[in-house]
Formats: sequence, structure tokens, C-alpha cells
Amino acid sequence: MINNSNLIPNSFRGPWTLLKKELLRFWRVAFQTVAAPVITALLYLLIFSHALESHVHVYDGVPYTSFLVPGLIMMSVLQNAFANSSSSLIQSKVMGNLVFVLLTPLTHLQFFIAFLFAAIIRGLVVGLGIYLVAMWFVDIHVTNFWMVFAFALLGSALLGTFGIIAGIWADRFDQMAAFQNFIIMPLSFLSGVFYSIHSLPPFWQKLSQLNPFFYMIDGFRYGFFGKGDVSPLISLSIVGASFLVLAMITLKMLKSGYKLRA
Amino acid sequence: MKPAIQINGIHKSFGSLQALNGVDLTIAQGEFFALLGPNGAGKSTLISILAGLIKPSAGDISVMGFDVVNQYQQARQLLGVVPQELVFDPFFNVREMLRFQAGYFGRGPENDAWVDEILEGLGLADKAHVNMRKLSGGMKRRALIAQALAHKPPVIVLDEPTAGVDVELRQLMWGFIKKLNYEGHTIVLTTHYLEEAETLCSRVGMMKQGEIVALDSTANLLNKFAGKQLRLTLGNVDLPTNIHSLLRSQENGVYTFALNDMAQIELVLSSLRTAEIKVIDMQLNEADLEDVFMSLVGMSSGSRS
Repeated sequence: MINNSNLIPNSFRGPWTLLKKELLRFWRVAFQTVAAPVITALLYLLIFSHALESHVHVYDGVPYTSFLVPGLIMMSVLQNAFANSSSSLIQSKVMGNLVFVLLTPLTHLQFFIAFLFAAIIRGLVVGLGIYLVAMWFVDIHVTNFWMVFAFALLGSALLGTFGIIAGIWADRFDQMAAFQNFIIMPLSFLSGVFYSIHSLPPFWQKLSQLNPFFYMIDGFRYGFFGKGDVSPLISLSIVGASFLVLAMITLKMLKSGYKLRA
Repeated sequence: MKPAIQINGIHKSFGSLQALNGVDLTIAQGEFFALLGPNGAGKSTLISILAGLIKPSAGDISVMGFDVVNQYQQARQLLGVVPQELVFDPFFNVREMLRFQAGYFGRGPENDAWVDEILEGLGLADKAHVNMRKLSGGMKRRALIAQALAHKPPVIVLDEPTAGVDVELRQLMWGFIKKLNYEGHTIVLTTHYLEEAETLCSRVGMMKQGEIVALDSTANLLNKFAGKQLRLTLGNVDLPTNIHSLLRSQENGVYTFALNDMAQIELVLSSLRTAEIKVIDMQLNEADLEDVFMSLVGMSSGSRS
């Protein structure tokens, strides 16, 4: 059934409305949700490049500051995608207004897609913001756009999905903070944002390879420099498979009504 | 015509707590129905199952013939539920919230005229562009009702809609809800204010400990259960035993008898005369739903404990 006023079929309007609401929710406070992470990433860039530029050798012919930029972009994409879905859900749960969505005919798949795309878009907007500002200071070029795009998309989808799981599971803000501080932060800082894992002792190299964030950062960086610590296709497969697994878990949780419908 | 709401053998337990104990109820289209009961009787649990917020342990509910579990999309499309808690989304203004709410149900710009009608009808028109966060408690309550109506559902459920609401708003709100009922919407409300149920609703169900203990038209319930009340001021006396069964309460020498029919007045008075008890004062009162409620709730709790 097509609605003539704006040609959006009615069956799409439900999830589209939820997506629009989720986008407006972060865009209304863009100072906090977009500008703040861009500033934070630039501060990391300024401080680390100043402190380490002449001390750290990464790839041949790639200055440390240039090496740093894609890692910082991807780290911010991932953290903000997670923050978007997780904080929206925990706020709605604590405030009680999630009931407005639960009372609607939206299916669990539509619910998932709306929250997922809002998280992806928030992640991409923040990432693009950092790139646009950083390119004024740092000499950096995208050599393989599709690789950059694929990792940004899959990475934000993976973390957006993880954010939905965290948002459904957590009942209080402190539980959500634990997720951020004990899972997201360590995984993103220990993923090779600030270094190439080849510079690590063998044990830590092996350990880093168990961190899914490592593959997202490394693959994304490959799109800029044409080189990485592992093959980008391996990274893409690992990230894609992780997303599918988490998406299936999330859909199962949503379908069963876990923690949302008693 | 399919019933607006059909409830069959609904059981719900939370761990060892049996919240609903086999509820059966049919509400016809176009009814104005009240669900009454003390706190913890299971009213809100029943409504949450109807709304799909809680899953039943056993039994089923359908809205206009659509099962709320297996055909939840159709069922929810036909249902508007006003939650009991005063919840709101702090990011948006009233009109945005109503548009979103209608949008979730697949309704777009063609629905805007209806949104305006709701805003007007609930006295929210001048608050349409005010952020939800900045509304007073009473205004938030109106917005909550408006959100449940945004997709123009044929079946409307209001869970304690007037808790903590001033008289002016109650009148405005009931005026609008009565108009919707007149236009054919089915209305179900739970309330603590029995006089509201008495004046608004054609039929009443009373719940106690997870069961429906009375279900009838308001008029029948008033006749059947409470009849009339006879209040006699007698002083400190020993009542004849044959009228003990009619005695409801006794306080400071004032005895209240519940009468099922007027002939019992003669029985009470003649018994008193025989016992040579003098009547100092006498009042005859019409019963209200509160009496029905008290007699049922008191009766069933007595028989259970």
C-alpha cells in the first residue's frame, strides 16, 4: 500500500519513524554526541603525534601522525555506534518511555533495524567529522574507498548491535558504565589504534589477534595505506562473521522479549 | 460482530506469586467498561498482557478477533493503551511525540488532522510545541493519553488515567473519552475512583486476588449486591438474633443494615419492636459501587482466609 503524500509504503513507515526518532534524538544534542567525540579524537591526535612522532616507527614511508588518524577515526566510529544504541535503550528503559515503542505493531526485526541504522549513522557522522577536520592538519589520503567504507559500515553495525545487547541487558546506568569501562574501552585501546601490533612481544601479538577491534582498525587502516598487520579480507570475514553472530543473538533476545517483555 | 476484547482463562504467575488466576472476560465493541479492584488485584497485569508487555502463563486474549500473541501486529494496531506510570520522552515536544507515535503504527501526514483533534480535545493545543520535559504533571498525563490515541485505535484502554489528576482535567478528559465512546470506540478503564466508574461505565468487572469476582451491568450490580442501606441509631443494645445476618457495621450505637429489598425494612423494624428496642434516628441510603466493592472484596477475602 503506497501513501501518495511522500511515497513511503505504510509497512516501512513504522520502522522509518523509529529510525527518524533515533536520529533526531542524537542530532538534537549533536554538540554532545558528535562535536564532543570529534574534539576528543583531535586531542588524542595532537598529544600523541607531538609526543611520539619521532619515537615510534610503524610502516615504512608512513609518518606516525598519518598512521594514527585512521585508528582514531575507527575507534570513534565504534565507540559512538555503541554509545548510540546502548544509551538510547538504557535511557528509555530507566525513564520508562520504551513502552511507547513496545505497544506498537513494530516487529523485533524492524526494531533491530531502526536502532542498528541509527547507530551506524551516528558512527559514520562522527568518523566523517574527524576525517574532515584532521585532513587540514595531517597529510592523509584514502587509497581504497570501498575498503574504508566496508569496515566503517560493518564496524559500526557490529558495535551498534553490541550496544543494543548491552542496552537490553543493563537495568541501571552503572551496569551500562561497566560495559563501557570494562569491555569497550580496553578493547578499543588495546586494538592497535596507537601502534602496530608487530611492535609488540609475540605473546601480546597473539592476544591482540583475539580482539575483534584489532581487525576493524587494521582493515580500516588498510583502506588508507594499502598495508596492514593482517590481510584485509581476513579482517573483513572476521568482522562480518562477528556481526552476523551478534545480530542473531540480538534478534533472538528481541524476539523472546528478554528483559523487555516480562 | 467480534468482541472488542475476548479474554479466555488467563493465568499469570511471577515465580510463586499467582497474579492472575483464570480470568475470563468478554467486552463487546462500543462498550464503556470499568475494571475495578484493590491494589494487587491483577488489573494492571491483565492490561499488560492485553498490550503485549507481559506474556501470559496460560490462556489467550484477542482484540477484535486477533490474538495478542500470535497476531500481535493486527491486535496492537487496533489497541491504544494509556500506561499507568507517568512516562515521557524528554527529547521531543508534544506534537512530535504524537506524530512519532502515529508513525510507528504506519500513519503519516494524513493523520495530522486527527492529531490536531486530540490536542484540541485534551486541551493540549497551546502546548503542542512545548518539550515534554517542561510540562506540568497534569499536562504530561494529557500527553500520555493523547499518545495512546494517536493512531485512532478502535479499542482504548486507560489504566488508572485519573490518579493524581485535578477535577478540571478529569472533566475535560472524560468529556473527550465519552465523545470517542459515542463515536463507536470501545473504552476500558481501571480506576480507584468508584464514582467515576458508576457515572461513566455501563458495565463493571471487579477483580480480587487475580480473579473476577463480579461482572455485570452497573445498575444490576448496584441492585443485586448492595440494594439499600438502613442506618439506625439505637444506642447500646442487644440486637435480636434474627436480624444479625443483615447487619453490615456498628459504631457508637449506629447500626447499618444492608437490605436487598424493601420488605426487609419491615422485618428489621418489627424485630426491634418485639425486642422493645427504641429507634432514636433512622436513615435510608441508596447504595453505590463502593458498597458493592466493599461487600464483594470483604466477602471474598473472608471466605479465602
